[in-house]
Amino acid sequence: MRDLADISGTAMNGDVSALHLVLSGDPGLFAVVWLSLEVSLSAVLFAGLIGVPAGAFLALTQFRGREGVIVVLNALMGLPPVVVGLAIFLLLSRSGPLGSWGLLFTPQAMVIAQTVLVAPIIAALSRQTIEDLWVEYRDELAAMNIGPVTRIITLIWDARFSLVTALLAGFGRAAAEVGAIIIVGGNIDGFTRTMTTAIALETSKGDLPLAIGLGIVLIFIVIAINALAWAARRAGERYAG
Amino acid sequence: MTMRAPASELPIVFTDVAIVAGDVTILDGINLFFSTGLPTILIGPNGAGKTTLLRAAMGLMPASRGRITWGGRETSEPVRRAIMFQRPAMLRRSAAGNVGYALAAAGMPRGERKTRTADLLALVGLQGLEARAARRLSGGEQQRLALARALVRDPAVLFLDEPTASLDPYATKAIEDIVRAVTTRGVKVVMSTHDLGQAKRLAGDIVLLHRGRLIESGPAKEFFEMPRTPEAGKFIAGELLD
Repeated sequence: MRDLADISGTAMNGDVSALHLVLSGDPGLFAVVWLSLEVSLSAVLFAGLIGVPAGAFLALTQFRGREGVIVVLNALMGLPPVVVGLAIFLLLSRSGPLGSWGLLFTPQAMVIAQTVLVAPIIAALSRQTIEDLWVEYRDELAAMNIGPVTRIITLIWDARFSLVTALLAGFGRAAAEVGAIIIVGGNIDGFTRTMTTAIALETSKGDLPLAIGLGIVLIFIVIAINALAWAARRAGERYAG
Repeated sequence: MTMRAPASELPIVFTDVAIVAGDVTILDGINLFFSTGLPTILIGPNGAGKTTLLRAAMGLMPASRGRITWGGRETSEPVRRAIMFQRPAMLRRSAAGNVGYALAAAGMPRGERKTRTADLLALVGLQGLEARAARRLSGGEQQRLALARALVRDPAVLFLDEPTASLDPYATKAIEDIVRAVTTRGVKVVMSTHDLGQAKRLAGDIVLLHRGRLIESGPAKEFFEMPRTPEAGKFIAGELLD
């Protein structure tokens, strides 16, 4: 068994090798990066398409049990990824109800799992954002005789810069997630291996350079996407207020 | 821009109207008649029910008791009625975008909106600020933008809820000039204010409310020179009402 000095020495050597891997444009590394982005951004897109309208509907509609739905939705923000992974696994496995789709251990299954994880986050944050805006707009829209559908569209559009934060929170969750996608994706090299699953695997194998390289890229991507979104939000707010 | 003569929205008639929220009676036993002509100004202390009366007249709050009619109809759809709230919400768009949105909501074809938007912004003195984010305008400019937005529907009646409450004298004058201009074009203005000087400057008729009840109403000149009720006399004299 290696002592602590050995491990930290390996890690430092790993930093140098990792940097080399990133700078040399290692094709294996970038295939993993590309798949990770594809899966996480697709999941955020689908979760946004589900979560934002659902949040808007919840924000604008009064019905019996609404408070309970909001409490459950907020609780779902903390869904354990492994539990979601297990549920999707059971659904998509050969003997499961959706087994005939043949999606288990594919990137699509990973997108489904991350969509399930991210949608409640986007829905809950969208609900709060849109409800706050609704309180502000309610009288004006009523005075303009705006119908319910246009009302929802208006609120989503006008809250778009704030909703970016909800989408970013969703992306953060998806990009950092490993438990669900390793169960439904299987971490198959060249097919379903993402940055997070690769980091977990390579660390367990002791291949720290690749794990660290992927970690660096992952952090860089998360920062870059947040910076882009922040810049877009600032520019938009300058125009729209 | 053209303002059509008042049509089916007027007269607005309140018949023994009460508005109750929970166990609080906000308005009670209100009998009123808003018709064409000079502005009607609602005055009264805070909590008198002025805002609620304006909202009810706009059709945004149903009567708990009694009856409100618009041109003899009991429909509450605000077709040619418009309201400017005391603190109007600015849509997160440009100044022109705010007016354009209201025009689209009113059903104006896209091709005609640009010209109409420019006309309305010019009417309220906001030409040159079309592209400015509405929420970055000053308080007075926001009030004027809200007025432009309210005028989009070519209203027969325009309700203004303390439109100059937080404005300086210059911004207040700008709003009052617009009120006079739209009145000249045939729009009935019903407006609440705390400013008795403003009421004297603008009013054709005065309605004094106190604690949800109508204390006195009638032509402004008579109201200020010969108030019929002790409450009106005290209010004009600047004394507190019991």
